[in-house]
Amino acid sequence: MRSVVPVLAVVAVILAIWYLACLPMNIHTALTNAERAGVAVQPEGAAERRDRSGIGLALTNPGQWADTWAQDKPRLPAPHQVLAELWDTTAMKKVTSKRSLVFHGWITLSATLLGFAIGTGMGIVLAIGIVHSRAMDMSVMPWAIASQTIPILAIAPMIIVVLNSVGVQGLLPKAIISAYLSFFPVVVGMVKGLRSPDAMQFDLLRTYNASRGQTFAKLRLPASVPYLFASLKVGIAASLVGAIVGELPTGAVRGLGARLLTGSYYGQTIQIWSALFATAVLAAVLVALIAGAERMTLKRMGLGR
Amino acid sequence: MTLVLSALILWAAAWWLNVRLANGPTAHTPATKLLVPVIFGLTLLIMWELIVRGLNVPLVILPAPSLIAARFAQSLPILWADFVQTFVKGALSGYAIGCAAAFVTAILIDRSDFLRRGLMPVGSFVAALPIVGTAPILVMWYGFDWQSKAAVVVVMVFFPMLVNITAGLQETTQMQRDQMQTWAATYWQGLWKLRLPAAMPFVFNGLKISSTLALIGAIVAEFFGSPIVGMGFRISTSVGQLALDMVWAEIVVAAIAGSVFYGVVALIERWVTFWHPSQRR
Repeated sequence: MRSVVPVLAVVAVILAIWYLACLPMNIHTALTNAERAGVAVQPEGAAERRDRSGIGLALTNPGQWADTWAQDKPRLPAPHQVLAELWDTTAMKKVTSKRSLVFHGWITLSATLLGFAIGTGMGIVLAIGIVHSRAMDMSVMPWAIASQTIPILAIAPMIIVVLNSVGVQGLLPKAIISAYLSFFPVVVGMVKGLRSPDAMQFDLLRTYNASRGQTFAKLRLPASVPYLFASLKVGIAASLVGAIVGELPTGAVRGLGARLLTGSYYGQTIQIWSALFATAVLAAVLVALIAGAERMTLKRMGLGR
Repeated sequence: MTLVLSALILWAAAWWLNVRLANGPTAHTPATKLLVPVIFGLTLLIMWELIVRGLNVPLVILPAPSLIAARFAQSLPILWADFVQTFVKGALSGYAIGCAAAFVTAILIDRSDFLRRGLMPVGSFVAALPIVGTAPILVMWYGFDWQSKAAVVVVMVFFPMLVNITAGLQETTQMQRDQMQTWAATYWQGLWKLRLPAAMPFVFNGLKISSTLALIGAIVAEFFGSPIVGMGFRISTSVGQLALDMVWAEIVVAAIAGSVFYGVVALIERWVTFWHPSQRR
């Protein structure tokens, strides 16, 4: 709680810097517009101003500051413009409309969640296999760790196009990329978790004559839960990135990634920024949901603080 | 059909060999630990080759490893140019700038408890966001060449680095700091001789995470616009031409670059933080 004031102060400073940054970034367009409207600006002529620095132009033309925060296609939109666009495209549009961010967000979210479920499920199964089979551990584990250093995202376009050519379209290709990205963090974290009970605890279960299955259900699985949740938080964020990048190569018709791409094609900067904030909110909500589930689960298990 | 069958037989034989090796008396020797994953990887590769040939999988779906290797060997100059454009110019320069900026920021906010309490939650929040999304904006600002890719990488690595360095600087105990005080050490002496070395495991954790992020950022940023050279550019255009052998060759380059980059950082870590328990053998 004692961090509230500092955090608010930092956010306020960031907003102030953002508004100030709009001045030099957008002043060239603002001056051109003003000159067309017949207002005297310093210096005259767009060609004259082209090579001047934004800061200098902003200082010599304080009368045009207001316009730098209110353009249609600014280089850097002001915070209130982004918020207005976010409000306009979420609350004011019907959710089925193609201009609604809720619609695009849902497309991305469904791919993310499907991929996350597939990736997590397969990751847990593989981790269980790894802790129970030495051969599997020694063959697969080094590759699982090495694959985390590889930019897996690079194969996203290929997966989309190849699946497209075999006739698989829509949700599934994106979900596969998401699954792939969330798969390895879960494997690595889960293996660590299933191995986390110490030798004394395993010995105790052996004195009870517990079978492998019982050891797994009563000791390994509960012990792995904190590790699983830590990987899930990494995994869901990776899944979202995967789904967004998966929307880029198909020419991007629907989804938050498509909003980013079409925005960059047509110079709709406000649209890009609002899509960016929508992804940020989505990521934050997803991570917060998992963190909440983690707190509740650990509390029920007596591990919470 | 015989090719597919021999693939399955090969799989069974290699698996049997690996089970024998893993449960045998030599399982704990370094040679076996290296041999088992290598056998596994080679088996997968040969099975891929045999199955693709056996089932006549078309090139546009999955090229055989031999074709990818041939393409790789033929297009070395192109791949090298792409590597220089994306990795050396885009990823490495952005990585250096981003990590240096995070380092300076961490030192600056270190003296103020207020700033640290304010920036840390914001920093960890931003570090969890899909920052690749800033790529279209930065490409718009800095143009299509490597500068915009470096900018994306800077933004991507800055926050994970900042959070890690700041956490690392908190790592010393009160007792250790008091000890520095009894020696009349100045702030900078305390920082240089005690707190920075103690922060190094955290710093390298951040550097390792960022090394992967840097390459991802540089490649994905090229999907939003690039000159006609670069790994991301080559991947997206080759996919469009259905030249999948080229795409795979590019992925091999990315995999090698990524793991060598990570390996170099890990080596430097072993050399710098030799005192840390995780480095003892």
